[in-house]
Amino acid sequence: MTTAKQQILASLRRSLRRAEPSAETRAELEQRLAAPQAHLIPQRAQLPHAGQLDLMEAMLQELKATVVRLPDEGEVPQAIADYLKNENLPPKLRLAPRDDLRRLPWDRAPLLEVEEGIAEADDATSLTGCFAGIAETGTLMMASGPEAPITLNFLPENHIVVLRASQVTGSYEDAWQRLRAALGNGTMPRAVNMITGPSRTGDIEQTILLGAHGPRRLHVLLVDDRPGAPSQD
Amino acid sequence: MQSTSHAFKDNARAALANQTLQKAMRHVKTGFIDKRAKARAKLPEFDDLRDVARDIKNHTLANLDFYLERYEEKVIASGGQVHWAPTAEDAVKAVLDICKRVDARVVTKGKSMISEEIALNQAMEQAGLDVVETDLGEYIIQLRKEPPSHIIAPAVHLTKDQVEADFRHHHRELPPERSLSEPVQLVAEARQMLRRRFLEADVGITGANFLVAETGTSIIVTNEGNGDLTQTLPRVHIVVASLEKVVPNLEDVSTILRVLARSATGQEFSSYTTFSTGPRRAEDPDGPEEYHVILLDNGRSNMLGGEFQDMLRCIRCGACMNHCPVYHAVGGHAYGWVYPGPMGAVLTPNLIGVDEAGHLPNASTFCGRCESVCPMRIPLPKMMRHWREREFERHLTPATVRAGLGLWAFFARRPKLYHFATGLQARLLGRVGRAAGRFDALPFARGWTKHRDFPAPEGKTFQQLWAERRKAEGRR
Repeated sequence: MTTAKQQILASLRRSLRRAEPSAETRAELEQRLAAPQAHLIPQRAQLPHAGQLDLMEAMLQELKATVVRLPDEGEVPQAIADYLKNENLPPKLRLAPRDDLRRLPWDRAPLLEVEEGIAEADDATSLTGCFAGIAETGTLMMASGPEAPITLNFLPENHIVVLRASQVTGSYEDAWQRLRAALGNGTMPRAVNMITGPSRTGDIEQTILLGAHGPRRLHVLLVDDRPGAPSQD
Repeated sequence: MQSTSHAFKDNARAALANQTLQKAMRHVKTGFIDKRAKARAKLPEFDDLRDVARDIKNHTLANLDFYLERYEEKVIASGGQVHWAPTAEDAVKAVLDICKRVDARVVTKGKSMISEEIALNQAMEQAGLDVVETDLGEYIIQLRKEPPSHIIAPAVHLTKDQVEADFRHHHRELPPERSLSEPVQLVAEARQMLRRRFLEADVGITGANFLVAETGTSIIVTNEGNGDLTQTLPRVHIVVASLEKVVPNLEDVSTILRVLARSATGQEFSSYTTFSTGPRRAEDPDGPEEYHVILLDNGRSNMLGGEFQDMLRCIRCGACMNHCPVYHAVGGHAYGWVYPGPMGAVLTPNLIGVDEAGHLPNASTFCGRCESVCPMRIPLPKMMRHWREREFERHLTPATVRAGLGLWAFFARRPKLYHFATGLQARLLGRVGRAAGRFDALPFARGWTKHRDFPAPEGKTFQQLWAERRKAEGRR
């Protein structure tokens, strides 16, 4: 009995008017997969790093996300407390379970209630890190894992992200190269979320509205962690 | 879904007379077109990227068997399963089997055109499952028991007043005196109603915009975040995807993603582009325990290698329908099946037969706007012509059209007679119509003059004017 898979492959090969790919073709295709080549990269994605940071900020603002640049990660707790107060949100955070967020000086914002873990249904605000920032379109790349629960990116109504300047790259291709360097070729985290602005919908008379099912607010804290940055002197 | 494509002419007539539909369609005619044009202007490389995207997909299609096998290997290696489905029935059965095995009651869904194509919702409901569409547009049309009218904006045929009426009718548990006149209130109410369903779902079903052979990854491109909640919260994630969605690697898909959202909604990138690879891993704090991909053929393997192969490059952005004067006039439902507009006019006869859907490739003015905006450079008008030829060969064309074409062919084969007859006609019509400048009725052209006037010719044919101009230029 032929399986469904054999049936489909046979039909494809009948249409392609050939049997299985030849050894030579196969070798070429293997090569294309083993050493992925970038295609045309837009000029906009090829700025020097300082330009990438400016573009990242400008793109996020265009997307109706909000951005604050911080000279030092020690300022993150206070910046979050200020943001929540300005937006009239409860001073409560669900924190991604990662060391660099955990060891921030939370005592500088004593009124903030901070709890770690995956998102619960009634969490209003989450705080996560990210894997990379892609300046080309103001995109945040999240790689899931023990330190990065996916639910934090989608369930709460407000999502705050700590993005380090060193994580900002120009293009999607740059970000993939960083991911391959971290995990090895051909390996992906279970989920990679590319997040470009808050949740939105245009399904009712093409009126663009924020906060359809995912976060209504996306707030990015762009922290300068470059060596020699003024604040680290 | 049951096709009504054979009744396109009646459907179109009804759509033209439907004032509510015409009001809703006004937003389509300008919104999508302006937004795409702006996005294109912001990226100087846009048109070059379309060429690259076309070449990537052509390369993939030429080696589709290789890439699909590699894709399956990688899915299995990451702990997922691939279910190959030659037909719609096979795909539906695979989904139902999984739901039954895991004892599912509530199934949430992200927007998926493939699930419309295989009529998945009806089958799941018949099997006793509680199926919930979670994309706002899909949720609205599910309440109305209607099919989508657009491949990326399923409820584009509705006005906000209609949505308000539907919500009031179906959300009886909410206070009747609440205000719902603003779109923002409608969105908030849908968010509130669906939140509970996301959390109680046993199985989440999404489509896939792309499958990546390099990594065994499925990709969804969305704006609302409903697709991510659908595929993250339940125990089981099922992806339903057709087999031409595969691309070789992450660089390839990055290039195509650059043209997708810009062509679709005019966004530079959609809010959420999510890459899923297998089920939750041992160390993961959340995500589904099972990950399945239903890989659907349903006639696509037969399109390969033939005159409709280019259609398999389609990435379902909807730009062709957003720019189509016929779609603007009649909306998506008139097309009678899952895929409307120019891409539907080419794809539908491939999937359900030209006997059923032969009217669709005729529903075109051949203005060529669809091809001019297609991010994958699919020659849609050319393929509509292929269908017309096939219809003619198979004697599916109506007798009056065949007779008309026969008459035209008689003259066209006799150029002198043709020039004489058309010259006579142009002079005659020009003289009779000179005073008014147009005709509001003409024999043999009632189909035209019923809806608009026929401009009076200025007395000479195009060929006569052309010859005169050539002569004048030669003398200079």
